[in-house]
Amino acid sequence: MKRLFKLALQKPELASTLLLVLLVLMFQIRSGAVFLSIDNVRGVLGLLPETALVAVGVTLLMICGEFDLSVGSVFALMPMTMAVLVVAGVPFWLAVFLGLALCAAIGFINGWITIKFDIPSFITTLGMMFMARSMTVVVSGGFPPRIKPGSVPSWIFTGFVDGGGLIRASVLWFLAIAVLVSLLLAKTNFGNWVRATGGFLPAAAAMGIPSGKVKIACFMICSVLAGFAGMIESLRLNSFLPSLGEGMELQAVAAAVIGGTSLSGGIGSIIGGLIGATLIRVIDNGMVMSQIDSNWFKFAIGALTIFAVVGNAWLRRRGRAMQVETDK
Amino acid sequence: MSTPIIETRNLHKWYSGVHALKGVSLKIEKGQALGLVGDNGAGKSTLINILSGLHRQDEGQILLEGQEVDIRNPKDSMRLGIETIYQYNSMVPLMTISRNVFIGREPLKWSIGGFGVLDEKKMREESVKAIADVDLHLRSPDALVGELSGGQRQGVAIARAMHFKSKVMILDEPTNHLSVKETAKVIGFVKGLKEQGVTSVFISHNMHHVFACCDRIVAMALGQVVLDKPVSQTSIEEVSEKL
Repeated sequence: MKRLFKLALQKPELASTLLLVLLVLMFQIRSGAVFLSIDNVRGVLGLLPETALVAVGVTLLMICGEFDLSVGSVFALMPMTMAVLVVAGVPFWLAVFLGLALCAAIGFINGWITIKFDIPSFITTLGMMFMARSMTVVVSGGFPPRIKPGSVPSWIFTGFVDGGGLIRASVLWFLAIAVLVSLLLAKTNFGNWVRATGGFLPAAAAMGIPSGKVKIACFMICSVLAGFAGMIESLRLNSFLPSLGEGMELQAVAAAVIGGTSLSGGIGSIIGGLIGATLIRVIDNGMVMSQIDSNWFKFAIGALTIFAVVGNAWLRRRGRAMQVETDK
Repeated sequence: MSTPIIETRNLHKWYSGVHALKGVSLKIEKGQALGLVGDNGAGKSTLINILSGLHRQDEGQILLEGQEVDIRNPKDSMRLGIETIYQYNSMVPLMTISRNVFIGREPLKWSIGGFGVLDEKKMREESVKAIADVDLHLRSPDALVGELSGGQRQGVAIARAMHFKSKVMILDEPTNHLSVKETAKVIGFVKGLKEQGVTSVFISHNMHHVFACCDRIVAMALGQVVLDKPVSQTSIEEVSEKL
């Protein structure tokens, strides 16, 4: 029993799950049962995969002990590049591929510079945040490209998959990717290396894990997911804007941290990042539905982030204090 | 005399102008428990880091069972059967015992290009066995390494090295920061290695620990070997004088 309690305490995503349930209940009551109505859930589910996909990548990278501030800019650069290519006559799927390849290249550069010159990824990706944002404007030439609705198969990413018009394909994409990344982290040797690299770098290095390459791979996965999420949002809105995803990087970090991922690496889970992203979307939408001044949204996210970190640290300490007897 | 299991010939190492290792030649016989002592900066760690693949020598050769070998990284060293246990015991505190035992050498159910799905059942079973083999009794391979005491962690590190059939085990200050009782446990592990025919190199600046479990003492000072005698022919006083 004690051990169970301890395990539960050490599960970093537990606290945020509880909070999520509480908030959903509260918003449901305060909004007069509008919050969980079909129409509103449709709205939340439309936005959720986009934030959550970015959060999945950022969470993975943070578990590996690194950080990416450029995801918001990559979120805009990928769809912009793709749209410009499509307008220029490149086939849709090739344009998608080239867009994602560009994201992978940005992730590689982020990682390679961070590892090669041994500088904090905070700085590398801060630089990349500005550079990628600038590139977004440059490739658009100042005029956002227009793609005629229906001329590209965007339904594959954003079309409704059920008759009731509740669930978009993006939800399925996001679920599949989240499960895949979770399995990668939990069940493969690569996942073991990610945790070891973020958990205790000298040990990982001494045991012969190629930590540099592992980190670069995580940077690349993170960038590609951010670009993919940006593409989904742009296709859903059918507009390609250079300002897309501004502030996304910090929301994604907040989502990861709210879900129990440690800033110092080694601790965290993909499911935690998802719950964090869901919390952000629920708060955003729930505040509107409950007629709370939505200017408080950022305040709420900020407060929640601090609260989550303090709470998780406290829980973890309590968990560890209850030493479980490991000797026979 | 049989072929030494490890032989170093005239090893040199410079660290940006500092001559850390000045021509170290050493023969380590099979099954020996060698104690390597010296003050901070004497070159012990440099020598060990070269053997375990963290650094490379600038000059000189390393021979393993008479064959010259090129140790470029920790993987090479492990592949040759040299396992190193560091004072911080090269374990990730927030990972379970079974995952730590197999870090970097995970058994896989299937794989593509070196990446694949972990065989968690095998990892659990074999880590339990490996730990029992060094006479350490832990209840579960799923406990986090961070939950163990310092001595238990070193026990797991030694179990890991044994599991991978090491020929030579290098223990770099394994008793640092340990209580008296825990230290006794680690010294017990090292004595156990000899019984199993594993060659060991025990590094410490605590002479009592070294004398308690080694049969040959090598002392280093300023990057050179200054004393090399069987433990029966020397004393703590004599070694201390040389340092």
